[in-house]
Order: sequence, then C-alpha cells, then structure tokens
Amino acid sequence: MTQTFEYSRPTPEDLDDPIHGELMQLNMGPQHPATHGVLRLAIDLDGERMQRIEPDVGYLHRGKEKTCESLGWAKFLPHTDRLDYVQPLMNNTGYLMALEQLAGIEIPQRAQDIRVLLMEVSRIAAHLIYLGTTSIDLGAVSMFFNTFKAREEIYTILDAYTGHRMNNSYIRLGGVYADVDSEVEEQLHSFLTGFPQEIDGYEAMLTGNRIWYDRNRDVGKITAEEALAWSLTGPNLRGAGVEHDLRKAEPYCGYETYEFDVPVGTVGDCYDRYLVRVEEMRQSVRIALQALERLRDTRGAEFLAEDRRYILPPKGKVHTSMEELIFQFKVVTDLRLPKGEAYRGIESSKGELGFFVVSDGTSLPVRCHIRAPGLVNVQAIPVLAEGRLFSDMVAIIGSLDFVMGEVDR
Amino acid sequence: MSAPAAAEATWTRIGEALEGIEHRTSTSSDGMACIHIGRDVVHDALGRLKTDAHFASVTLVTAVDLHPVEPRFEVQFQLWSLKSGDRVRVKVRVPGDDPTCPSCVDLWPGASFFERECFDMFGVVFEGHPDLKRLLMPEGYGHHPLRKEFPHQGIEPDRLYRKWDEERRSQWKDGQ
Repeated sequence: MTQTFEYSRPTPEDLDDPIHGELMQLNMGPQHPATHGVLRLAIDLDGERMQRIEPDVGYLHRGKEKTCESLGWAKFLPHTDRLDYVQPLMNNTGYLMALEQLAGIEIPQRAQDIRVLLMEVSRIAAHLIYLGTTSIDLGAVSMFFNTFKAREEIYTILDAYTGHRMNNSYIRLGGVYADVDSEVEEQLHSFLTGFPQEIDGYEAMLTGNRIWYDRNRDVGKITAEEALAWSLTGPNLRGAGVEHDLRKAEPYCGYETYEFDVPVGTVGDCYDRYLVRVEEMRQSVRIALQALERLRDTRGAEFLAEDRRYILPPKGKVHTSMEELIFQFKVVTDLRLPKGEAYRGIESSKGELGFFVVSDGTSLPVRCHIRAPGLVNVQAIPVLAEGRLFSDMVAIIGSLDFVMGEVDR
Repeated sequence: MSAPAAAEATWTRIGEALEGIEHRTSTSSDGMACIHIGRDVVHDALGRLKTDAHFASVTLVTAVDLHPVEPRFEVQFQLWSLKSGDRVRVKVRVPGDDPTCPSCVDLWPGASFFERECFDMFGVVFEGHPDLKRLLMPEGYGHHPLRKEFPHQGIEPDRLYRKWDEERRSQWKDGQ
C-alpha cells in the first residue's frame, strides 16, 4: 500500500512571520561557551531585539556557606580558593581578614607586603582571563592565546612562590604559610617589569581596533546612579564614572602607603569597563613592584603573627616542646574564635568581595556569608542588555566579568 | 587587626534620619554601626536611610539562624553610602513560625537577588518582592538548607524530588 502525504503550502503571512508576532524564548546556556561557565539566560526575543532577560543561576551551587558551618573556621580555607577560581589568593585574604578582625590579630609588616604582592598579581591574572575570554567571544581569537601566555607565566611563578599553580591556600590566619626566596622574587620582578609592554601589545590590538570599538562602545550602558542602586562595585562601578576603590576608601594590608591611581570611565559602557580593567593591570604592576621593593628590605623578618590561640606553632618547636605540641593540637582540632560578628570587604578583581562571619565562641561558625561580587554582576545583565540586539549579549556578559564558582558558591 | 569604631558623624547622620522611629543602636564587634529595629517599621526606616542619610547602595541582605533562640532569624540589611563612606547594618528579628520581612527591592533594585537567596536558604519571605523564588536551589526543592535543622550531609534527592516530580508529571498529562 502506498502512503500519500499531503503537504500544505505555508500561507504568505506564515512565511513573513512564522511565530505570528509572538516573542520567541531563547535559552542561552547553561552550556553556552560565551556565558563563562554555567549561567542560563532565558531571553524573550522580538526578532533580534531582547525584550526580557532572566538570568538563572545555581547550576554550580555547592553549598559553601553550609560547608563552612560544618567544617569550622580553619578547614574552610581551601574552599575559599574554589569560589572565584581565577584569583584564589584574593579569596583567601578576604576570608582570613574577616576572621582576623574577629580575633583581633595583628599581621606582621612582611606578611602584609606579601599579601599585597600576591593580591595584585592575582588581579593581573584575573583581568587577563577577562580580557582573553571577552575578546575570544567577540572574535579576537589570537588575543586569547596572548593573554593566556602571560597568565601562564604568572602561574609558573606562583607555583614556585606558593607551591600551587591554582587553588593556592597560601595565606594563613595571621600571615602567610611560608617565606619566599629571593630567586622567585627576581623572576617576578623581571615578569612585572616586562609586563607593561605586553599590555601595550594588547592595547595595540584592541583599543584602537574599529571592530572592537564598534562592538563595545555604547553597548551595555549604565549610569552611576543605576550602578549604585544595582549594588555594582569594582571595575563595573568605576566604568560608570564613580571613583570608588576599597583600597583607597577603606584601606587594608597597608594599601594606603602604596602609590597608585584609580581609573574611572566616563560613559559606563563595555568599552569603558575594558579601558578601566586594562589600566588597573598597569596600576597593579605599579603596586606589585613597590611591594617587591619593600620585601627586599624586610628579608628575614617575621611573616606569621605569634598568637598561639589561633596560629600554628613552628613545626620545629612542635617536635621538641610539649607546650607547642598542645597548641598545635588545639589549633588543628578546635580553633575557637571570639564571640561576635565581622564583615570585611576587599577590592577583588570583580568588585567588593565581602565575608560576613558570625561566631558564638565555639569552633563551628554560626554563619559565614560570602558577598559575591559576581552575583551582583549577573543580576545587572537585564539592566544593561534589555532592548538591545542579541549580538550585544556576549559583549555585555564578557564586560561584566563574573566567575560562576563565585556566583553560585 | 581591629577596625575603628563607627565615627561620631555616622551616628549623627543615622540618628537624624531615623528620628521618630523606635530603634536601638549598638556597635558590632567589627566596629560597624548596627540598628536593631522592629519588623513593622523597618521599611520606613530603610527608606529614610536611603533618602536622608544617602545610603545609595545595599551591600548585602542575609539572615542568621539563631535556633533555638526565638525569634530565631536575624535578617540583616547592610547599607553603604558612597557620599560619606558610611556602612550600617540594619537588623530585624523574625520569628520562626511567621518568617516574613518587608522587602527593600522598591528602594534598591539590587537587593533582589540577595533577598531571593535569603528566601531560598532560610525561608524568610520578603513581602513586596516582585518575583520571590528560589535562586540557587532548584525549583520545587522542599527545604531551606541554611536553617540549622537541615543536616550537613544533605537530604537524599530521591525522597526530595519524587513528590514534586509526580505533581509535574500529572500536570503534563492534564495540561496537554
């Protein structure tokens, strides 16, 4: 038996507008490479124009805050590496600074300088990720390899400095884990002195580039008032023209003694945010070189505070002294912080990274809230992108700069 | 590393803004100015802090579960002023049997995700939030993980999702 099929020709109206004027819902992510991780965006499209955008997060939720409540203060430290995994040293510092504020620990000068140095190097590495991934999204594929080459140099040095390429966990309560030798500092010095020329190379490829300019200028604009109301911080707020930097406004780790400038944008679009971040890399180089200078002067000084209630005694003493062995045991098994609550925000590469910790005096936290700048940046996507063409979406996502490990926690 | 206590000028600005609203003040152990305020007047107070004391931005909204103390939740709004650099923490106690709190999304749209996360994790319902739904946990999840009674090892997904899954499947059959 032969089977016949009846085909009806589409009507002229259908050919012209197959969805009859309805909005088309487009699902971007969670596996889309341009969403920088596992972000899902439900976008209502009117033709090419985005009418309504709804970010959907949580695909990478690992319950870090609950984990902190069950693990205790000390053992949570390696978990902070996994928040914003492109800048683990910054997360370590932010978390420990909140704890140090709670415990009232004074940090030795050398440890502060090492922290500043490592935070600024991490900032460069994080901004390089931003630059590489954003430019590959917009079609500049060779930029990705250039930035990752420089980033790999940083990671090689960090490997020698802290013992790990990523997930360093090198910062400790009251200081840093170990002192560093001069050879590594020489390597870092030669990298940092050569790096501004690398940035010149990136800028030569992008800043004056017609395609880069057209795809970023006047795209994803936000005013200063809007940016404040939407809780944006960091480069996104500075791109909108607000001169605010926690390193200047609420200095920590001795940032007030370093010389550096805070770049701000004028228009508040993707291009301004790009310029701000590129200039921030140059300023980070400046700060890091100053920190290296200071480290050269204070070689051999203390790098860990002496407070046996919170800080591990030196290993050599643990093997010979009963007292120190007891302290070691107490700190490892039952690190108690005083009762109280503390919030400390630091200027991470994405914005204000804050840790809000509440302690009841026992070794388990009552609450450890992570104020993730990435979550705020994701929240701002609809404000920046609604009403614009869909092709602007990748530029906007890239320019807001977030890492899903931090957004979802 | 002890932080300096909130400056006198900060307290003056806050005091002027909150004149006539019943509240209690304290200084937190990290030196931040804290305002303890009732649930019924907190929205009014937040509005005045925004307009009169120029707190243009909300840094975080979260809750602390003080179980078994009642009222068990302490909802915290942490505000920040660009103009003066002040920070203030507004605390509202919310009972466990009626976990509702006024939303501040109409004042600061950026608080939306913070409040959704707080609802997701603690079950605190922010009244007036335009789109209060779970943020991090999946839709249909039956628990609030950061409550103290939620076990640290979690709850088996099988038990959790069966009911929700059955409901959805029945809806598909009917709603074709």
